[in-house]
Amino acid sequence: MARAQTASIDELKSIAKRIRRHIVQMTANANSGHPGGSLSSVEIATALYFRVMRHDPKNPFWPDRDRFIVSKGHATPMVYGTLAEAGYFPVEDLMTFRKLGGKLQGHTVMHKPPGVEMSAGALGMGLSFSLGHALAGRLDGLDYHVFCLLSDGDCQEGQTWEAAMASAHHRAENLIAIVDRNHIQNDGFSDYQRFPDGNGARPQRPGGWVLKDGHTVNIMNLEPFEDKWKAFGWSTQHIDGHDFDAIISALETAKAHAGGPSVVICETIKGKGVSFMENNPDFHGKAPSPEQLDQALKELAD
Amino acid sequence: MVQTARSEATRAALGPTLVRLCKEGLDIVCVDADLGYSTSAVKFGQEFPERFFPVGVAEQNMIGVSAGLSACGKIAFCSSFAVFAPGHCFDQLRMAVGQPRTNVKLVSSHGGVVTGEDGASAEALEDLSLMLSIPTFSVIFPADVVEAEQAIETAARTDGPFYIRTLRPKTPVIYDDSGYRFELGRWDRLGDVPPVGLPACAELVKAALDAAEMLAGEGVEARVLNASSMRPLDRDALLLAARETGGIVTTEDHFVHGGLSSIVAETLAGAHPVPLAYVGMRDRYGTSGTWEELLEYFNLTPEAISDAARGVIARKRRSP
Repeated sequence: MARAQTASIDELKSIAKRIRRHIVQMTANANSGHPGGSLSSVEIATALYFRVMRHDPKNPFWPDRDRFIVSKGHATPMVYGTLAEAGYFPVEDLMTFRKLGGKLQGHTVMHKPPGVEMSAGALGMGLSFSLGHALAGRLDGLDYHVFCLLSDGDCQEGQTWEAAMASAHHRAENLIAIVDRNHIQNDGFSDYQRFPDGNGARPQRPGGWVLKDGHTVNIMNLEPFEDKWKAFGWSTQHIDGHDFDAIISALETAKAHAGGPSVVICETIKGKGVSFMENNPDFHGKAPSPEQLDQALKELAD
Repeated sequence: MVQTARSEATRAALGPTLVRLCKEGLDIVCVDADLGYSTSAVKFGQEFPERFFPVGVAEQNMIGVSAGLSACGKIAFCSSFAVFAPGHCFDQLRMAVGQPRTNVKLVSSHGGVVTGEDGASAEALEDLSLMLSIPTFSVIFPADVVEAEQAIETAARTDGPFYIRTLRPKTPVIYDDSGYRFELGRWDRLGDVPPVGLPACAELVKAALDAAEMLAGEGVEARVLNASSMRPLDRDALLLAARETGGIVTTEDHFVHGGLSSIVAETLAGAHPVPLAYVGMRDRYGTSGTWEELLEYFNLTPEAISDAARGVIARKRRSP
């Protein structure tokens, strides 16, 4: 039987801090990895595993479990850090991240370790896979929910919109997409929303442009984002993705929604919780140095 | 003995076979990207509407949904034309099926130039190469509708990823009433005795048999192997043929690179090198025409196979 998920908001905040410390320590220890998009989705994952989802770390293949399917497969520090905190495997294993002979590869591998639902790392594939889980649940008469975490980059892939169309078409009401909308991706800023002021005038020509420091701005603007989901037949909510009350309330609303799939668009900060990583595209796929790790751990202390 | 009285399309095996297996209790589902009418998958949808999931013209999503269904215990079949799947969705086949070994079976029709009148865009000549490049996929190219039905059943009853290539036109049935049983990893031996071996795929198995007959008229005997199980291939049968015949000609309606020719050459080069010749498509795409006309036009004929065999025999005599 699944453990009751009853953590208080204070407890959730404390767990989230521990997961953030795992994220910076794992990436620093591996001297590689993706801290930025892991830190942005910590509250989402924490709320799911410690409050919203029906799951059992001792029985990761339980057919009735709620699924957390992570399409942004580079966010492994968040995935592994959360699974370890939730009891799926020992916290000590986190230091094997990205190491030869370890259990924790740089991008997710299905069932390695058990609890990881999907192999990912090529963006755009998670919503299709989640729809498959949702359809199987309906066919088998099981009442689980499927939570699929998408990134900005995921939503630039055409396959995500193939799956969005099909999910509404098949009225997959047990499917809930969660978008970690941090507006930053590998090359830089997805649009202008997190682009710091004072970086010079915006060019008049359409499309993205490359800054002197090599980052690209306005790579691919997804707006009007919520309208796109609505147009594809989804029930939508748009919240602060670092506010536990808002996340829990939105996910419970989405679970109760009948007749079709729901999306919760979470406005987040890439690198959240570490001052020099916040809104900094450099830390999409770069580990902190030993000095930066010390600084990050100071900022993330209890 | 080989029968050729009847012709039927190998693609026609899919729907009826899935219906039969599901009625026998296999937990089959089918995801379809708007070509199920052509691949015969709709016959499964007619019988089991709650197990049939149309996703529209969206092959990447078709593969992802199939993988998700299989992760929940379903035997997930999907089908399309070979130019679209694997053509549109190679990375999905690699990431959602091949690497995690999900229980997905892709059965794609319209392989090769025999697709015919639709022309080059519709004639898949790279699909076997793509699918053989993902090491966890079993890859089967059935020689006729009888073998196709058995291969589909084998795929349904064997855990793991499968790619099965079927054909549009009605091609000769060679295993009618023969009691033949398809086995994964076994190449059926049709003709017999040295000095030349002729592994061939699908509709060209018949061409190879006709070539063997032509060669027999010249006093040259040939062994025809039906190379339907491309992964796992029948290494023993291939090495035995190489040792006993001393020369091999491969025949396939696919580019000669990456398909049957490649797997035969790489196997023999490492284990038992013999003179080889390849009958297949070379560095140019197909065109429109009837499927029989196209086989002639692109030299995928008994004459081309027997010519290649004569060449191999001549090289064999010259070698020390």
